[in-house]
Amino acid sequence: MTAMFGSELMLRALCAALVIGVCAPTLGTYLVQRRMSMIGDGIGHVALTGVGVGLILDQSPVLAAVVVAALCAVGVELVRERGRTPGDLALAVLFYGGIAGGVLLVGAAGRSSGGNLLSYLFGSLGTVTDTDLAVIGGLGAAVLSAMLLLRPALFAVCHDEEFARVCGLPVRALNMLLAVTTAVTVTIAMRAVGLLLVSALMVVPVATAQQVTRGFRGTQLAAMAVGGLAAFLGVAISWQADTAPGATIVMVAIAAFVVVALAAGLRRTLVRRSGPTDRWLPWRT
Amino acid sequence: MPVSGPAVVEVAHLTVAFGERAVLRGVDARVGSGEVVAVMGANGSGKSTLVRAVLGLIPADAGQVRLFDTPLRRFRQWHRLGYVPQRLGAGSGVPATVAEVVAAGLLARRGLLRPYGRGRQAAVAGALAAVGLADRADDPVATLSGGQQQRTLIARALAGGPELLVLDEPTAGVDAASQEAFAAAVGGFVDGGGTVLVVLHEAGPLRRLLTRALVVADGRVVHDGAVPQDAVGYDHVHPHGPPNGTELGR
Ligand SMILES: Nc1ncnc2c1ncn2[C@@H]1O[C@H](COP(=O)(O)OP(=O)(O)O)[C@@H](O)[C@H]1O
Ligand SMILES: [Mg+2]
Repeated sequence: MTAMFGSELMLRALCAALVIGVCAPTLGTYLVQRRMSMIGDGIGHVALTGVGVGLILDQSPVLAAVVVAALCAVGVELVRERGRTPGDLALAVLFYGGIAGGVLLVGAAGRSSGGNLLSYLFGSLGTVTDTDLAVIGGLGAAVLSAMLLLRPALFAVCHDEEFARVCGLPVRALNMLLAVTTAVTVTIAMRAVGLLLVSALMVVPVATAQQVTRGFRGTQLAAMAVGGLAAFLGVAISWQADTAPGATIVMVAIAAFVVVALAAGLRRTLVRRSGPTDRWLPWRT
Repeated sequence: MPVSGPAVVEVAHLTVAFGERAVLRGVDARVGSGEVVAVMGANGSGKSTLVRAVLGLIPADAGQVRLFDTPLRRFRQWHRLGYVPQRLGAGSGVPATVAEVVAAGLLARRGLLRPYGRGRQAAVAGALAAVGLADRADDPVATLSGGQQQRTLIARALAGGPELLVLDEPTAGVDAASQEAFAAAVGGFVDGGGTVLVVLHEAGPLRRLLTRALVVADGRVVHDGAVPQDAVGYDHVHPHGPPNGTELGR
């Protein structure tokens, strides 16, 4: 374990994973509240096309991915704003089009520039450079401060959009902020867990936290802790066991969810047997 | 009809259509300061559409809406308004405490970035006390009964200290205890000089507070005056009213 912290490569990987592990659920809490848990997954698919565009144009693939993912997220939000969830099929076409286009573009660029498809799909913590870390840290700080400072307003918008409108909140701007933040988070998380597993880090820690929390703020903070812990343990385990770090992080998060959900269920059952329900129980009934 | 105070809500020739279908066709209405006005009518007659257009939630196709003597387009004093929607929006994938939901009502006053500060707790506690839920502040909203959840939404609207309360069928499907608590809360608000515009199925527990009723039918206001006997708003649908309170005329 001490050897792990001795390696500079390892330290960079750990820092990047921690930033993403904490940021993704901070945003994810709002997405889950709005029942749009899967949106991160879809935006992740589309970001791959952005990566391909960046490689083809010989620009930064990360930057291109942010731009393409943000355009897509804003587009989806504009459709949602018109009072309907974007059609199931329309989303499917967009998202699978995103991944197919990405595979084609990255493949085409690969012949000349050597872009590695798998590292975008499943993450490549082992290749994080100092520059990467600076970008991840900067964007992560921006995501975190926006999501935490605007919590009351974002909570109101996600909880009851019409009420937020009657409060005079800039509902549209806040929705766009959430859409762009989703795109940014997806793109920085691409490095740690890969585009195919991004959504897991946004959603699974929230699902875990919900098992034991009573309120929104508590859920968000607990989810951040769970996400950070999963990222730390995932990187440590993958270092020891020589497994893929991205998949290991996600497996740790899912294991935490299963354990907490079982424990919460067990406590509920025990309490129900042992007499009338006390409504001060620290979990949802 | 008693002459009422300065206009709080003024609606002139309001027309609202969804696609080809005009739901409101030239509605005129006025709510003066201190009045408690019911909007009644059959299901689907456009009551919710009327109040939602008054709040700017749906665009008017023609006509004018003025709030506190300001055209809706230029109205920015949202803290003077409290809204209780007919039902809660989609967002509830994450638990929220009663206090968190009620605190959202303070946003109109505090703006986007200013933290809630010390006043938050007092304002939330006061609003919850007004609807008889003082002891439930830290409970998840999902553990409350339907009537208690409805009262939570009323507390949210009251928290910011509004002058006008707009409620959409606040007592539909609500248990008797909650109806009484609700009537008491609105009574307290009116005694404090508040103005109320409320969509109602039937006058019910609010009857003693109502100063006037508007009945909407066929996209127009067909009655503006004394509060009709319960279910009179449904007369053109069913002359004797529903025998057991079932809803008619959808
Ligand atoms: N967003 C909407 N899009 C299309 N039609 C709508 C919409 N909202 C309401 N309507 C229609 O307008 C009519 C009036 O609805 P509403 O105002 O909700 O009636 P009420 O509140 O009196 O029951 C109904 O026929 C309803 O189907
Ligand atoms: Mg209605």
